[in-house]
Amino acid sequence: MFSVVRTIWYVLLHMFHKRITVQYPDEKPYLAPRYRGRIILSRDPDGGERCVACYLCAAACPVDCIALQATEDPTGRRYPEFFRINFSRCIFCGFCEEACPTYAIQLTPDFEMGEYQRPNLVYEKEDLLINGPGKYPGYNFWRVCGVQIGGKDKGEAENEGPPVDIHSLLP
Amino acid sequence: MTSPYPILSILGILIVTLTLAAGLIWLERRLLALWQDRYGPNRVGPFGLLQVLADMIKIFFKEDWIPPFADKAVFVAAPAIIVVTVLMSFAVVPVAPGIIVSDLDVGLLFVLAMSSLGVYSVVLAGWSSDNKYALLGGVRAAAQMLSYEVFMGLSLMGVVLLAGSFNLTAIVEAQRNLWFVAPQFLGFVLFLIAGAAETRRLPFDLPEAESELIAGFHSEYSGMKFGMFFVGEYLGVILISCLITILFFGGWLGPVLPPIVWFLIKVMFFIAFFILMRAALPRPRFDQLMSWGWKLMLPLALANLLITGAVVLAWRS
Amino acid sequence: MTIVFYVSSAVAIAATVLMLTRVRAVHALLYLIVSLLAVAVIFYVLGAPFVAALELIIYAGAIMVLFVFVVMLLNLGEETVRAERALLAPSMWIGPSVLAAILLAEFIWMLARGGVPPAQAVSIGPVEVGISLFGPYLIGVELTSMLLLGGLVGAYHLGSRKAPHTEVTHATHP
Repeated sequence: MFSVVRTIWYVLLHMFHKRITVQYPDEKPYLAPRYRGRIILSRDPDGGERCVACYLCAAACPVDCIALQATEDPTGRRYPEFFRINFSRCIFCGFCEEACPTYAIQLTPDFEMGEYQRPNLVYEKEDLLINGPGKYPGYNFWRVCGVQIGGKDKGEAENEGPPVDIHSLLP
Repeated sequence: MTSPYPILSILGILIVTLTLAAGLIWLERRLLALWQDRYGPNRVGPFGLLQVLADMIKIFFKEDWIPPFADKAVFVAAPAIIVVTVLMSFAVVPVAPGIIVSDLDVGLLFVLAMSSLGVYSVVLAGWSSDNKYALLGGVRAAAQMLSYEVFMGLSLMGVVLLAGSFNLTAIVEAQRNLWFVAPQFLGFVLFLIAGAAETRRLPFDLPEAESELIAGFHSEYSGMKFGMFFVGEYLGVILISCLITILFFGGWLGPVLPPIVWFLIKVMFFIAFFILMRAALPRPRFDQLMSWGWKLMLPLALANLLITGAVVLAWRS
Repeated sequence: MTIVFYVSSAVAIAATVLMLTRVRAVHALLYLIVSLLAVAVIFYVLGAPFVAALELIIYAGAIMVLFVFVVMLLNLGEETVRAERALLAPSMWIGPSVLAAILLAEFIWMLARGGVPPAQAVSIGPVEVGISLFGPYLIGVELTSMLLLGGLVGAYHLGSRKAPHTEVTHATHP
């Protein structure tokens, strides 16, 4: 019986406690940079698309909300012909970001993507692409990989030696 | 002594109680939030006051659905019973000198009679829904309200002995020198508990227990019929607060301020206390509730009555 | 007030007749409750507000709730409805109705001879009821309380004996 009275008293004292509610639309909560929100596709520091259309994100996605089609430009650089994320299915697990070998797909601290119509939640490539490198400013996949593309020949990548002339090894 | 303007009194009390009952929805949510370190509804209008209006509009326009398997006549009648019985009880509540609909000589008994009829609303709602959860809720409500009604009446008899009347105005007038809460503290505590159980307020909301019975007796109700149960519950809270004020805390008596203001202040205090109980206390198990009622509260109420009677008898002779 | 008396009397009689002819037990109980409410109004009109309040609290508020409670738990199905319908056949009700009609005729004849007693002669409050109960009718009150105590003890006996009995049969059964 005493404990009941004591409980009532302690709850009454909560009147003088600070309220923990964040008044959301007026007062935005702090979101960590690693927050898993709206997905974007980032670009290289020199402005090219990072995505190499390897399908790893689509394979990793547990709800199959990522669809893309790979293609190549005339110089041999792979890129997605279309890249589509259905955010009405996305569960923001971040597996796509972990799977991505080129830091192209990234999750951002933004969750305000309410829509009145479901089809509006299907984001196309032009909705996803941003004009910057996102969380990894210095990284440029095509500058460190050994693949030959337009403007970068074999052996011109960072930390890459010049291609070996196999014929020179002949006795 | 009846009010000089009976129609005016009836309309006034009806409008004030119904508005207050609607406003309590807002007040309860705000106070619960305050005691749980939240804000509660504060978006619609100043302090979120227009939330009441929004809720009312919502509930009026909801589909009012009667399940095809329900017993239609009883299903429709059940929510009306609770509102009617509680509003009838307000007829004998003296708000201030002269502001009363009907100053019955057996006013207190009338209130008890109406509250005992209120049980039917819950029981019949549970039965007519033809739903196992609703039936369980109805059965629980019948057992709980029947048990707690017994010592609810008994706990008030001490006050009746001291005042020497069942008339509520006479009971208030008898408290000019000393509020009855002092000599009848045990009776006050018992009545507070029984009152919470009668209105099925939170520590005793086993008939509707969301976590086990979905919503108990009103599982199948929607729209305005559900709204009637809702309003009925809040009216019950107001009624019990009014009764506590009248029977134990001197009704409208108080210095400086006009009587009606004193009455409202006291009633609002007890309404807030009921909400505080909801914020603080968990729900007991049903067998605990029953054994508590019959094995602890009833003997206490009887002992209180016996001692009060003996003291009054010794005093008079 | 006389109009209130006749209206509530008519309601009481109609509710009782409807109560007798319902096939569903809960509906019958509801009409019985309405009948009790009407009787309470009659008591009030006749100047006995205390008895009216007690009628509401005890009969309508407590005993009938218990009836409804039990009927709710019994789960009477279509079988009972059919059995109740059979009870409404003319062969079943014609005998009691004839007897009741004779009583009614006697009652009307007596009323016509003696005239209707004046309604609301004097209001009987709780004090008068208490004094007469614990004055001239003290023996009656005590005997009633003994009877109720006997009923209570009997109910407790029936309730408490059952528990170990069922446990034993449960244990011996495979």
